[in-house]
Amino acid sequence: MNRTFGRNFFGLPAIRPRLIRTVIVTIVILILLITSAYQISPEEIGVILRFGKFVRTAEPGLHLKFPLGIEKLIRVPVQRQLKLEFGFRTVKPGIRSEYRVTPETMKESIMLTGDLNVVVVEWIVQYKIKDPYQYLFKVRNVIDTFRYLNEAVIRRVVGDSSVDEVLTIGRTRIAAEAKEELQKLCDLYEMGLDINQLILQDVNPPDPVKPSFNEVNEALQEKERKINEAWAEYNQEIPRAMGEAEQIIREAEGYATQRLNQALGDAALFTSLYKEYARSPLVTRQRLYLETLNEILPKLKKKVIVDEKVKNILPLLNLGEEVKK
Amino acid sequence: MSKLALRLIILTVTVIVLLVLIDAIFIVSETNQVIITQFGQPIGGPITSPGLHLKVPFIQKVHYFEKRWLEWDGDPNQIPTRDKKYIWVDTYARWRIADPLIFFQRVRDERGAQSRLDDIIDGETRNTIAKFDLIEVVRSSNREFEITEETLKSEVTEGMSEIKVGRNRIAEIILESASKITPQFGVELKDVRIKRINYVDEVQRKVFDRMIAERKRIAAKYRSEGEGRSAEIRGEKEKELKRIKSEAYRRAQEIKGKAEAEATRIYSQAYNLDPNFYQLLKTLETYRASFDSETWLILSLDNEFLRFLRSFEKR
Repeated sequence: MNRTFGRNFFGLPAIRPRLIRTVIVTIVILILLITSAYQISPEEIGVILRFGKFVRTAEPGLHLKFPLGIEKLIRVPVQRQLKLEFGFRTVKPGIRSEYRVTPETMKESIMLTGDLNVVVVEWIVQYKIKDPYQYLFKVRNVIDTFRYLNEAVIRRVVGDSSVDEVLTIGRTRIAAEAKEELQKLCDLYEMGLDINQLILQDVNPPDPVKPSFNEVNEALQEKERKINEAWAEYNQEIPRAMGEAEQIIREAEGYATQRLNQALGDAALFTSLYKEYARSPLVTRQRLYLETLNEILPKLKKKVIVDEKVKNILPLLNLGEEVKK
Repeated sequence: MSKLALRLIILTVTVIVLLVLIDAIFIVSETNQVIITQFGQPIGGPITSPGLHLKVPFIQKVHYFEKRWLEWDGDPNQIPTRDKKYIWVDTYARWRIADPLIFFQRVRDERGAQSRLDDIIDGETRNTIAKFDLIEVVRSSNREFEITEETLKSEVTEGMSEIKVGRNRIAEIILESASKITPQFGVELKDVRIKRINYVDEVQRKVFDRMIAERKRIAAKYRSEGEGRSAEIRGEKEKELKRIKSEAYRRAQEIKGKAEAEATRIYSQAYNLDPNFYQLLKTLETYRASFDSETWLILSLDNEFLRFLRSFEKR
């Protein structure tokens, strides 16, 4: 009886119950191991829930937990730097990233300034999850909430600045102020986020107004150019005039030296002559007189000698003819 | 046969017990809170602590509610401000189910709550915004704008009235009045904020026109500033040129004058030795210089030079 029970109709040997048990136990152990061992990569932290209740966190490495859904693992990438874009979306990141602006993103970026003008502000925010517990269990849809917060905060700060500040000198202040306020609100809402950076990207006047802003820039250039031109003229003419002035003064000095030397020379000549003259005045006088005449008279064109008694000789000389020549 | 029946009975009982147990046990997660109803009637308070819990199987039912802070995002509303400027206002709020029991009784689920919140917050937003001027909604403090190169100072202060309430406070007012109502359906409202404000299209066009006019004015200011400044520089240049030239002339004249004076002194010192001799020399020099080959000389016989010519007569 017992022997026939151990064989089936084909006469094959019965599978031993021990073997079946071993296989089953092995499979069960394997399943338990697979569902209880887990690995946390370096950028993550593991959050363990036991029957839905938070019990512990797990640092990067290999860990064990209760299997069969008793304990559940949620991975939170705490080390990863996350980024949100406002006013544009990166379509294809890379060295030459491609961006896209849609009517929807335009709504994010168009806003009012404190002087009731309109600007288009694009910005990004970089953040990390600093508290996985808060991130998972305090706020639903953390990222949506974070987007709303961003928009509200940026608009609050821009709403307290003038359009010129937003477009030019106020950018760093606005970014810093917004970042601080954003962090404060994140902490208030217990979102578990840590904001690393808030960076204003393109800040522009709205498209219909852009040309007139460019016109202002052009006018500014024009102003600079005109001033520069005037200075160029100034710098060109003033040194030349100074040189010319120097020349006039030098010439005057030259003239002075010449005049002085002349005088000294003349005086020296006269003094020397006089010394000799003083020894025999009469003879010297006559000599000088006659020498002069001797020199002059031969050169003259005509010499006319008239008697002192003859008066009115001039009409006879036909001076007119000479003048005509 | 009785053995088999026994086994069957044990198996059945085990299955039933298991089923009962499974239905008696429920899990509350970190993100949930729960209330229990028996034939539709709430039993006991809400359960908020996460973990395993027990209930009477089959006759009691578990209702799960969110425990976390939830978002509410309103639709943009077109609202006139007190100074009759039409703007789009878009608000968002944070809320949570503070009392799941009341929440369950009054609005049943989140969708119900969202629509109640729409009514309440939108309404309060309208009421509040309409009580204030636009500037009060935009600005949150009376912070003075930094003066940039482009700011026309008079224009900024002009028309910029002091704000008394400001954006943050207006949001708080909306929150205060809305959060008075929400506990009625078990909702706690934590924060209401103005997310977006924008001009309606017609107003926006006018604002753009104004901005363009303003920029044109600034551009014109720059141009005339450029012209003014360059004219000023040219004037400065002319002034400088005149100064340089006249100073040079003055210096030259001074130098020459001094030299002339010195020369005169030297001459007179020398010639004072004998003025007559000087006269003689100078006169003779002048003769030499002024008589040339074109000169006619008419001499009278009684001239000194010709004395010897008639000596026999006079002697």
